[in-house]
Amino acid sequence: MSVKPSKTIERTIHVENLARVEGEGALYIKSVGDEITDVQLNIFEPPRFYEAFLRGRRFTEVPDITARICGICPVAYQMSSCHAMEQALGVTVGEPIRTLRRLLYCGEWIESHVLHMFMLHLPDFLGYESVVTMAADHRDVVAKALSLKKAGNDIVNFIGGREVHPINVRIGGFYRLPSKAKAKALRETLLANREFAIETIRFMAGLDFPDFEQNYEFVAMKHPDEYPFCEGRLVSSSGLDIPIEAFLSEFEEIHVKHSTALHGRFKDGRIYLVGPLARVNLNFEQLPDSVKAIAKEIGFSVPCRNNFKSIIARALETLFAVEQAIEILEHYDDAAAPHVKITHQSGIGHGCSEAPRGILYHRYEIDDEGLIKDAIITPPTAQNQPQIEDDLRHFFPSMLDKPEEEATLRCEQLIRNYDPCISCSTHFLKLQLDRTP
Amino acid sequence: MVKDTKPKLAVYKFSSCDGCQLSILDLEDELLALTGAVEIAFFLEARRKVQPGPYDIGLVEGSISTPEEAERIVQVRKECKYLVTIGACATSGGIQALKNWADVEEYKRIVYASPKYIQTLDTASPVAAYVLVDFELRGCPVNKYQLVEVITAFVAGRRPQIPTYPVCLECKREGNVCVMVTDGAPCLGPITQAGCGAICPSFGRSCYACFGPSESSAAEMLCNHCEKTGTDKPTIVRMLRSFNGYLEPFKQVGDEYERQTVKNH
Ligand code: SF4
Ligand code: SF4
Repeated sequence: MSVKPSKTIERTIHVENLARVEGEGALYIKSVGDEITDVQLNIFEPPRFYEAFLRGRRFTEVPDITARICGICPVAYQMSSCHAMEQALGVTVGEPIRTLRRLLYCGEWIESHVLHMFMLHLPDFLGYESVVTMAADHRDVVAKALSLKKAGNDIVNFIGGREVHPINVRIGGFYRLPSKAKAKALRETLLANREFAIETIRFMAGLDFPDFEQNYEFVAMKHPDEYPFCEGRLVSSSGLDIPIEAFLSEFEEIHVKHSTALHGRFKDGRIYLVGPLARVNLNFEQLPDSVKAIAKEIGFSVPCRNNFKSIIARALETLFAVEQAIEILEHYDDAAAPHVKITHQSGIGHGCSEAPRGILYHRYEIDDEGLIKDAIITPPTAQNQPQIEDDLRHFFPSMLDKPEEEATLRCEQLIRNYDPCISCSTHFLKLQLDRTP
Repeated sequence: MVKDTKPKLAVYKFSSCDGCQLSILDLEDELLALTGAVEIAFFLEARRKVQPGPYDIGLVEGSISTPEEAERIVQVRKECKYLVTIGACATSGGIQALKNWADVEEYKRIVYASPKYIQTLDTASPVAAYVLVDFELRGCPVNKYQLVEVITAFVAGRRPQIPTYPVCLECKREGNVCVMVTDGAPCLGPITQAGCGAICPSFGRSCYACFGPSESSAAEMLCNHCEKTGTDKPTIVRMLRSFNGYLEPFKQVGDEYERQTVKNH
């Protein structure tokens, strides 16, 4: 980690191993005078070729396989896979399966958001190198955060069978529904953690945020009546409104020149932002009144164009997920059919869901024997990567007069605003970006 | 200083999904006690601060699948007194080892627009294919309580108490009705190592062997049985080739079934 001023005008920032991100990456920025001449966010995540080896697998195996793309958001991968497959096979799951899928997703959001807020991102705001040292001074907060995180994992355990790579998810629904008694106990756990979810929002709102507003193009899913998880259309802040089936005609992934990375962008070249801040901006009205009331109390309103405040968006979504889960569990009935029957075995289907880090799009083609012919997976971090670099390019000039350590830290913090899940690199790795003047 | 006397723990990532190292952070009830008992000296996903090696215990997640990883693992071995692999990727190559049966050049073309930029080995291999490993913990992902047992054992200087019998036994203990009996479903529980608590059969589905082969795993016998009860050969090959397909005897039996499939065509 170093910032080297040389001849007073040329500076480079080089972070060889980015810490507290999921996966591994590096950052390189170069400036001459006030001009940023180079920004490189290097992802040295090895290629694992999911889209290639999915070919020839039976469609029923896909949710278990794609879960392994990311250990932090396996539910998102399972949900996008299931929805895509069900569309291909002409199946609609209906109630209560769709509600239980929302429940499962609540668990993942809580677990992933709390992990990121308290263990990965908050140390930046409070000036600690990690949660380990932070816990020494803030043991009570860390203990409560761990309890809330655990409540999220308890949800995934309850309906998914285990927290990392759930085993109870299948095309058409679930294998078996857990008992009502377990649902009751889980609801109690969530009720006990609800107050801390509220405190979290107030706590995050009191942090110091760099003044960094960008004119982001937010992209998220939108459902007419609900805050989005697995269903809805794709919308953006400049008025895009398309069905998810049109994803590939609107967006593309490009192989940047001199690079081994795939970057998501609009077909007309514009870049965009996905994730909690985009969701909250585009779906604020869909949040329950209780969450809106707290947002109002802390003075949070949309549009909010400062991604350092994504930590507040995560806190709002965490409370939403806790309340949503409590409500779903209240009406939980274990007597329902756990899955719908699958009769067809071929077709083409699209699936999109809101992973904790933003939209996750899948498309599959299934042949007449039920085997995967083609798979396309577009993870959130691939879509955010050009935006992260763009942010760095705009943010770094304000760091030119800052001491080495601080400038480096702030740039890292900016990257962590995106909670970049680098292991979601179904197909991106080392990035080299040529700056076009 | 007390701090300096604590054993130093390092956590490394290779080709993986992060799920196994996440299991450490998922130890919500034990995490604060763990950080009191060992010094987390190198764990990039959780800490910015890096303490220099050597380390007492190194936990390795992920398989070796690039030239850079093949070099790095040798370095990692040198700086750790005990080296423990955590999870299917590090222990068997993981799901990405499916490329070991494929034409990697074709794989590159399927996924990347400019395949020539992609640096990858032809195989994704277990860590033990490159360096000496002191203990291998199974699972995709690992069971976090087994992970605590492994760390505790190495800190105490004893052998970890990890059962090597099959899931089938855990399943009986759970009082489940056997899915092979009720649904005639092909289940890999009889040849898969225990450790998960037989969660799949407890939810009414067959085990797909995410913990890999158990000790003296009678894979061939089970597959013959599955074939007799109606599972076709290509399905058997796919069943064996999933998260631990590159580990014996899964590899050998899977390859044999594939040969028979090709012959029959
Ligand atoms: S063994 Fe499974 S859970 Fe662990 S890192 Fe590999 S893919 Fe992830
Ligand atoms: S039953 Fe089998 S597939 Fe399921 S979690 Fe256990 S070892 Fe893994």
